[in-house]
Amino acid sequence: MSLATQIFYAVISVTVATAYGLTLGGITRKIYARVHGRFGPPVWQPFLDIIQTSGRRVSVSHGNMFLLGPVFRLAGGLGTYLFIPVIYGSAVFSNFSMAGDLLLVMYFVFFGQLGMALGAGQGGHPYSPIGIARGLAQMSTFELPFALAVIAVAIQYNSLNITSIVAAQQGGFMNWTLFTNPLAVVAAMISLLGMNMHSPFSIVLAPQEIPIGPPIEMNSGFLSILQTNRGLFAAAKLVLFMNLFFGGATNLLEMVAKTFFIYMFSVFVGAAYPRFRPEQSFRFFLKWPTIAGILSIIYIAYLGGTS
Amino acid sequence: MEQLIRKIKGMVSLKAYIKQRDDLHFITVKKEQLELILSHLKNNEGFTHLAFLQAVDFIEDGKFQLTYMLCNYETNVNLGVLVLIDRDKAEMNSIHSLWAHAWQYQRELFELYGIDFPGSPRVHESFVLEGWDEIPPMRRDFDTLEYSDQTFYQRPGRSTNDPAEYMKEKMYKNYAASPMIRRDNE
Amino acid sequence: MNKKHMDEIENQMKLANAGIPEKERDLFADARPVKVDPFNKYYEGFLNWARSRSLWMLAFGTGCGAIELRPLMTSRYDMSRYGIAPRPTPRQASVFIIGGYSSIKTIKRIVRSYEQMQGPKYVIALGSCTINGGMYYDSYNTINRLDYYIPVDVYIAGCMPRPEALIAGFNRLKEKIRAGECEGMNEYTEKFDWYKSNQKQIIKDWNMPDYNW
Repeated sequence: MSLATQIFYAVISVTVATAYGLTLGGITRKIYARVHGRFGPPVWQPFLDIIQTSGRRVSVSHGNMFLLGPVFRLAGGLGTYLFIPVIYGSAVFSNFSMAGDLLLVMYFVFFGQLGMALGAGQGGHPYSPIGIARGLAQMSTFELPFALAVIAVAIQYNSLNITSIVAAQQGGFMNWTLFTNPLAVVAAMISLLGMNMHSPFSIVLAPQEIPIGPPIEMNSGFLSILQTNRGLFAAAKLVLFMNLFFGGATNLLEMVAKTFFIYMFSVFVGAAYPRFRPEQSFRFFLKWPTIAGILSIIYIAYLGGTS
Repeated sequence: MEQLIRKIKGMVSLKAYIKQRDDLHFITVKKEQLELILSHLKNNEGFTHLAFLQAVDFIEDGKFQLTYMLCNYETNVNLGVLVLIDRDKAEMNSIHSLWAHAWQYQRELFELYGIDFPGSPRVHESFVLEGWDEIPPMRRDFDTLEYSDQTFYQRPGRSTNDPAEYMKEKMYKNYAASPMIRRDNE
Repeated sequence: MNKKHMDEIENQMKLANAGIPEKERDLFADARPVKVDPFNKYYEGFLNWARSRSLWMLAFGTGCGAIELRPLMTSRYDMSRYGIAPRPTPRQASVFIIGGYSSIKTIKRIVRSYEQMQGPKYVIALGSCTINGGMYYDSYNTINRLDYYIPVDVYIAGCMPRPEALIAGFNRLKEKIRAGECEGMNEYTEKFDWYKSNQKQIIKDWNMPDYNW
């Protein structure tokens, strides 16, 4: 496959993923509204919001790093997504998957937040650094159980390539990591709650507390980049989880169905629980999910798992 | 309560005593003896809460009346301690050493009435009126309507009606009697 | 016209920023706001359609009328089904709701917040107090006419208007946006000196830049 075709396919793949992620965001708002007993905004509201913010006539920049912040964030989202094979065996949705891409993806999940930290810091608003400090601290804590789960998966399948991890889970749902290594899935799903930043762990944006935290000074175009990235990044994370723990997908419909339910897990938890305070959130991640992650490694590496 | 009043009479010269309700009393004391009576009420009689500190402008007498409203949580009795001070030389002792939050009331009184409290922290900082350069606005010789007409732009066509008359005219014209009377008949 | 002359004119166009101390003046911008024309007709029409369906209002309760915004958010009236969402920062908001009376101390903050909003921006004036002073027409510290200080798109009369009236006001604003009539941002730019002189007449301790970016 030539590079040009690959790029063309990647563009299609990114567009689909972004649209899907944004629609998920719309569905989330609808579900939250229904939980509150409201009608809620239409499902396509995130698209309207993006058009509205990108259509502002003026915008204020606070310097070069401020310009780069959203770009880094989008690069983080794109990087995460582009190295994950979305649909197993599909040419269009295999992206730039390669050997050892799992490590690269893990790095890119972190990258966006760091870039955002640089950009938002230059905004000069006192709430930005508070949000960033919380975000980076929480990210460090939920990366720990997630990394442990990923190590367990890597040991289990003896590979750091997402495609081969998916390949090893084919042939019936009993081959999924969910059933062969449930402790790793528990650790990873709890860290997904922190990654999606829904309610118990929404300390980073915290609209009533530190008015939406890091992006507080972001306006117009900057904000629309961040919003686009929110859709793309959500889709990328879900696809990664689907590939690692839920047997991947062989067609688009399967992908949508599986990621939808993975996402709804964090949405339902978010709709049911109030927000943690930062220190509660950090302690939570370092306690149960971390223990589950360590146990999963012991289970796989020393007890040999079920296989 | 009568016992307390008798006790206070023994301590300071009580200029007046009004019993409004069973749980609301007012005493008027001399300006010099205010701190004495307040600290006694706070420390020995259980009036631990200063609910508010307000001023009334008696322009005809040339006096400001300060009301120190105290509250006793044990007996649920409110006691207002009133002090009359001179309007021309409006100055009063600060009580922020008794109740720390009194400084905020005193700052407000300085800004809105021009009553000075020497020694009270931040008393001369602006409170709600930033950059006010007229006489203090809550003094009764300050004409707010005139000031408003001069400073803010009136929108023409404004008219005022008496609500009762207006409603009778507009809404209950067809009824023989006013709604008040009809309600009595029901 | 030579370059020196051009520079002189440019210097005259700059804002004085007389309210802030000399040594801090470098920290603030001294440029005037510039008029930004709408895009071409069809693109602007499309954008206006999206803007009218995604109104982000600034969560700044400027007076007693802000109490009417709470029922509007909750399940009984649910403004989110119209695409209206609160935003906590003026940088991201597009609608500013002035909730009733605004005292001089508040109008200073209102002007600051309004100028920090990124255009196109809309103002809904809620309650009689913003129209002619309402029951505070003779007060010494509340303004009588809001449109002398910032441009207003929609007035909602009443004291207080109920949330239904607010929704009606929002729908009126949407119609105006879709018709392309809400150019308050450019109006403010064109009559900048007039607005500034009105503002400075009542805000006596002007200790902020003349135009807050």
